[in-house]
Amino acid sequence: MSANQMLQRRQSQLTRGHLPSYAVWVVLAASVVLGAALASLVGFSVVGWAIISAVVFVLAATLVTAVAEGERKAKDRLVTFLVYGAFLIALLPLVSVIWTVLERGVPGLSYNFLFTSMNGVTGAVDNEAVEGGTPVLGGAYHAVLGTLQITLWATLISVPIGLLTAVYLVEYGSGKGLTKAITFFVDVMTGIPSIVAGLFAAALFALLFGPGTRTGFVAAVALSVLMIPVVVRSTEEMLKIVPNELREASYALGVRKWRTITKVVIPTAISGIASGVTLSIARVIGETAPILVTAGFASSINWNVFSGWMSTLPTFIYYQILTPTSPTSPDPSTQRAWAAALLLILMVMLLNLVARLVARIFAPKTSR
Amino acid sequence: MSKRIDVKDLNVYYSKFLAVEDVNINIEARSVTAFIGPSGCGKSTFLRTLNRMHEVIPGARVEGEVLLDGDNLYADAVDPVTVRGQIGMVFQRPNPFPTMSIRDNVLAGVKLNNKRMSKSDGDDLVEQSLRGANLWNEVKDRLGRPGSGLSGGQQQRLCIARAIAVSPQVILMDEPCSALDPISTLAIEDLINELKADYTVVIVTHNMQQAARVSDKTAFFNIAGTGKPGKLIEYGDTTTIFNKPAQKATEDYVSGRFG
Amino acid sequence: MSTNSLKASTNSLQASSTDRGRAGDKIFSGISLAAGILILAVLFSVAVFLLVQAAPIFTADPTEVTGGNGFAPYILPIVIGTVVAAAIALLIATPIGIAVALFISHYAPRRLARAFGYVVDLLAAIPSVIYGAWGYIILAPQLARVYTWLAENLGWIPIFAGPASQTGKTILTAGIVLAVMVIPIITSLSREIFLQTPNLHEEAALAMGATRWEMVRMAVLPFARPGIISATMLGLGRALGETMAVALVLSPGALVGSLVKSGNQTIAAEIALNFPEAFGLRLNELIAAGLVLFVITLVVNMIARFIITRHKEFSGAN
Repeated sequence: MSANQMLQRRQSQLTRGHLPSYAVWVVLAASVVLGAALASLVGFSVVGWAIISAVVFVLAATLVTAVAEGERKAKDRLVTFLVYGAFLIALLPLVSVIWTVLERGVPGLSYNFLFTSMNGVTGAVDNEAVEGGTPVLGGAYHAVLGTLQITLWATLISVPIGLLTAVYLVEYGSGKGLTKAITFFVDVMTGIPSIVAGLFAAALFALLFGPGTRTGFVAAVALSVLMIPVVVRSTEEMLKIVPNELREASYALGVRKWRTITKVVIPTAISGIASGVTLSIARVIGETAPILVTAGFASSINWNVFSGWMSTLPTFIYYQILTPTSPTSPDPSTQRAWAAALLLILMVMLLNLVARLVARIFAPKTSR
Repeated sequence: MSKRIDVKDLNVYYSKFLAVEDVNINIEARSVTAFIGPSGCGKSTFLRTLNRMHEVIPGARVEGEVLLDGDNLYADAVDPVTVRGQIGMVFQRPNPFPTMSIRDNVLAGVKLNNKRMSKSDGDDLVEQSLRGANLWNEVKDRLGRPGSGLSGGQQQRLCIARAIAVSPQVILMDEPCSALDPISTLAIEDLINELKADYTVVIVTHNMQQAARVSDKTAFFNIAGTGKPGKLIEYGDTTTIFNKPAQKATEDYVSGRFG
Repeated sequence: MSTNSLKASTNSLQASSTDRGRAGDKIFSGISLAAGILILAVLFSVAVFLLVQAAPIFTADPTEVTGGNGFAPYILPIVIGTVVAAAIALLIATPIGIAVALFISHYAPRRLARAFGYVVDLLAAIPSVIYGAWGYIILAPQLARVYTWLAENLGWIPIFAGPASQTGKTILTAGIVLAVMVIPIITSLSREIFLQTPNLHEEAALAMGATRWEMVRMAVLPFARPGIISATMLGLGRALGETMAVALVLSPGALVGSLVKSGNQTIAAEIALNFPEAFGLRLNELIAAGLVLFVITLVVNMIARFIITRHKEFSGAN
């Protein structure tokens, strides 16, 4: 029904056009030529040429339409150009980021990078690699392990709390004042800057265990503050779309409420919940700021989240870029940073993909 | 198995709103009783008070007594869960559990309550319940498939099988055929006729022909106007209600729709 | 009444009720309630712990605070820097974000719209440190040339006053990187609201012979206005609190009016850059700065949420 209406809407736009369809292309070609001329006048690069051509094209096409088809059609066309243009502009950074990470990250992504830490890798080692042309030593193994441990702990803290809170909100608390308060503050919590979450965990542990307590676990607590609201919101949405009829069917069989929730409601929503949890992991796995203030920085492997400093991929990237291992020849550090960035993006993308697959594959088959 | 229900002076409230007022009714064991009446007259609400399902809605409460073979459902310390184990319910729209197979759906009442059951006992119960719901022959080859893959009428019979698998005394049906096509409706009506040999059946229906076809006794509910409580107007043998009702309102309703 | 209670004692329904099951219900509802309260407690303790740890700075001798003039003169420039960076980000991100949302909801070919939606989500999924690294290594050097040109040709405008930064690591660059990070937030929220526009309104507009833009202006935008405002506010909250992009992209310094000179600093970046080496009163100072940031973003987010909930009540959604 609605698809049909869309189709009609688009057709009416097409059939009412007065200008021949090639007119746009003619204007485009002319704009590119004019853009080249203007760009060479100012002395700018290819980028300048593209920008000037685009501006000229939008203005010219709007003007031509205004003359040929009237002001209303011209306005419509101008907005269409702007909307398409905005999308292209938004794509630019994405393409640039992904291209950069691939181009600079792939060369550094070796077995050595994946499975050695930065333990013993000093400025001298890097200098040697640059001067002698030997392979870059040192890798992000410790950071990968740190990321996995901290994220795992954050998940272990956040999922039960988030899930149970969502259960309370949907199954027990409907209409109560407390529910409204929790919903509101969960929303507020979504907006907490990640650095503030880090400071909170740092301040909490400083009060409990003395100032300067920095471990992987403190970082996990900081990440939980960011993760819990995401888990609550997504789980809440998923529990809400479980049809009430299923709950009633279960109650009518003489099943207790808690068994109804754990055996009927949650299993029905589990694919959505799992997908939401995966997305929340994807969100916190790339967090940097809270780790900086809670877990410190380490160059060697640390298997214990409860003691000692720890690195994660994001902080590894940050420090490799900002304070290269060898200040005189930063290239090996930059290479490691981009390789780590590529690894991090791959992890995040993988998590996003898994989330979508989980949602699709394990969704209960309904007949409706 | 099968018990009678006696309702004494029952008022049903949603928070402060009186939804159903002062119902007194005696429902015989091993019979089919139909509740009819216009939309919003409280017949479904009243039906749900018979196994305390109305409590699912926050703020709903009752005054009065509902006696199941003399035991008050609303006595202190009675657990609604126990009540629902004895008085099963089938809903307007078929609602098999989408995450469970046909077999698991039938065993849901047993399994969800964490009762242990050997595989052979389970098989027997599944077959017996599905036969009781006239569904066995249609699904015996695909018990492992999801219950939501069945047709609407089959799903509804699956829900009836699920309800009888916990061996209740009474089965409540809330407009069980309103979402079904005529052929599936016929299958359910046949089934209701068979069920009354073993169970007390109470059915809410919009369809007066259906009430006339399946029930032994009929109760007519009505409402004076919006915002007013629903009331039980007349209760008697189905033939009497449809042919010689004592109340004018009943006659208007029955003849108005019967034409 | 007395016969009633006598009967109740022999009530078969009571006899068969199991205590174990009831306890399960109580325990389960109890722990879910506890989880909900724990969240409130966490948020409350975020505020309390930050306050406790920040408190010493407010009573400390002004000369001991960084800059030597007390906390207010220390925090004010970086609050301004934070607001300026966020404002630049919003100025860029709001029109683009809304236009992209409109593109996905009303302009893009139906079949591709979903895919484009995923692409924008992808933009949101990239970790901030990678945007920061990208801004540091790719974007800033590119922009340095633009800044030089701006300072030479438009230097008479105070915000473009020279000499321009040679590295391009200025507050304007930080604002641009923040804009890139905020666009997907504004887009995804606005898109959802655009898609909720009642179809009837859109068709009514089209039936009157409106062009697509006129339809959007008459039916879609008025309906979506509160949603757009709150989406922008949420984007603002994100831009104010974003740390890494700024920490990497901006070479910090004292507050300057020009956007193309190096200088300026934001709260979040100030904390990230200094916290790892901080001790003593400096720690309290940074936590106090975090508290200020927390309060600012809290206010912004609460306003956004308020607009959303009010909008929900008015539109009759849910």
